[in-house]
Amino acid sequence: MRAFTYERAKTPAEAAVAVDGLQGAKFLGGGTNLLDLMKLEIETPTHLVDVQDLGLDRIEEADNGGVKIGAFVSNTALASDRRIRRDYGVLTRAIVAGASGQLRNKATTAGNLMQRTRCPYFYDTNMACNKRKPGSGCAAIGGFSRQLGVIGTSDTCIATYPGDMAVALRVLDATVQTVKADGTTRSIPIGDFHRLPGDTPQFDNVLGHSELITHVTLPRPIGGRHFYHKIRDRASYAFALVSVAGVIQRDGSVRAAFGGVAPKPWRVEAAEPYIKADRLAATRQIFAGSRPTDENNFKITLADRALAAVMAEAKG
Amino acid sequence: MTEFVAFSPSRREVIALGAASAAVTSLPANAQSASSLSNSPSTMQVFFEINGKPTGLNLDTRTTLLDALRELLKLTGTKKGCDHGQCGACTVIVNGQRINSCLSLAVQHQGDKITTIEGLGTPDNLHPMQAAFIKYDGYQCGYCTPGQICSAVAVLEEIKAGIPSHVQGDITGRPKASNMELRERMSGNICRCGAYSNIAEAMAEVAGSKA
Repeated sequence: MRAFTYERAKTPAEAAVAVDGLQGAKFLGGGTNLLDLMKLEIETPTHLVDVQDLGLDRIEEADNGGVKIGAFVSNTALASDRRIRRDYGVLTRAIVAGASGQLRNKATTAGNLMQRTRCPYFYDTNMACNKRKPGSGCAAIGGFSRQLGVIGTSDTCIATYPGDMAVALRVLDATVQTVKADGTTRSIPIGDFHRLPGDTPQFDNVLGHSELITHVTLPRPIGGRHFYHKIRDRASYAFALVSVAGVIQRDGSVRAAFGGVAPKPWRVEAAEPYIKADRLAATRQIFAGSRPTDENNFKITLADRALAAVMAEAKG
Repeated sequence: MTEFVAFSPSRREVIALGAASAAVTSLPANAQSASSLSNSPSTMQVFFEINGKPTGLNLDTRTTLLDALRELLKLTGTKKGCDHGQCGACTVIVNGQRINSCLSLAVQHQGDKITTIEGLGTPDNLHPMQAAFIKYDGYQCGYCTPGQICSAVAVLEEIKAGIPSHVQGDITGRPKASNMELRERMSGNICRCGAYSNIAEAMAEVAGSKA
């Protein structure tokens, strides 16, 4: 691991300023992903600004009748919150489907959004990877791609966003709140937060270098029955091959976002009105323009069947 | 005989040597040698409470909580398995919550209360979970066992606190210490000897959910 200096900021603005001046500086949340990447020297920060003392560890009622989640709230605390379990069940379901108990205790809400891909070619520093080393190529294309993306990918990168929590946030229309070093704040709809790789796969999301996530807000509860169906190679503690976050209303109308298939949680709102009447046609629309490999084209069929399973469960 | 003993390193020395050489050989191919690094090591002081004892350390900021426990404080009960948060051998309890000590910097734990396997019980006065692991053969080689036990103790507290899990039918209700719940909640602790079913039996007895 490369040497670095460490400090604890006292306010969000102070943290953003501390990172702003230094190109090699990074925010440190729980550290469960960053520290792993630092050991492999995939991430080599020269300065870490720890955000644990910023007072961002609370879940509060929001003005809009929704919920305001502090960036430092742990995955366990968020999944366990009484309001979240009652009104936003898909979020609890998604969080407890991910990682292990130990990791969820330490991992934070913002850190979950910021986690890097688990593409094996990103992790193996002997391999070409445009996300890890821009311009070096992509060994995943033409390589072992069973776990990798089928849609939203590009000729430079076929990695997926690996998390579960953000897939639920996408179906709930969450918003990411940030602050910059100059004190300005912005609200980013979760659908705009993660970006597609295009020619610059090194940028996973739209945040600036020193832009700090302060909160994630949820709109007022939307009701319905909440599901998170995750399909993976073992029953627990594995990343999704395919997952679906679904909210199904009494009239049968469906909201659905998919994980494990794309560089971001994948949701196509335009197809949702048709899911109830013709699920297969809707799934075709959701995955229109997909570019699967021979090894991972099963994911599209699996995504449709996962959605079918959720809809069957909602009826039963 | 004395000479023979002198030539025979202890198991711990062998392991330490193995870890040191592994650290060298696993250096990424593109990593530069230490001398070419532009930034020199940075040291800091950290104070925390380990097994009820106030402890202060002056350490390299890169030191993980795991390495601080094992290498600096010689609390070698906590084990280093994968060092990447995948195996759970390094599980310790921090402020009442279990975490992977390998994925946490020691400097993140200023003021924290840390419990390791050494703080749960003693050979003469075992923690109930330690006694249950012995009774139910919850281990074979024993390498993952300290992490398993720390995790198991924390899991029962998580169930009592109503923290939901992936296998819970109704996430608004209270979880029970059923076999399925215990297995799901222990999935972050790998045991290559395969003592899983016995570990779940031991936990069930401590939870009082076993007839």
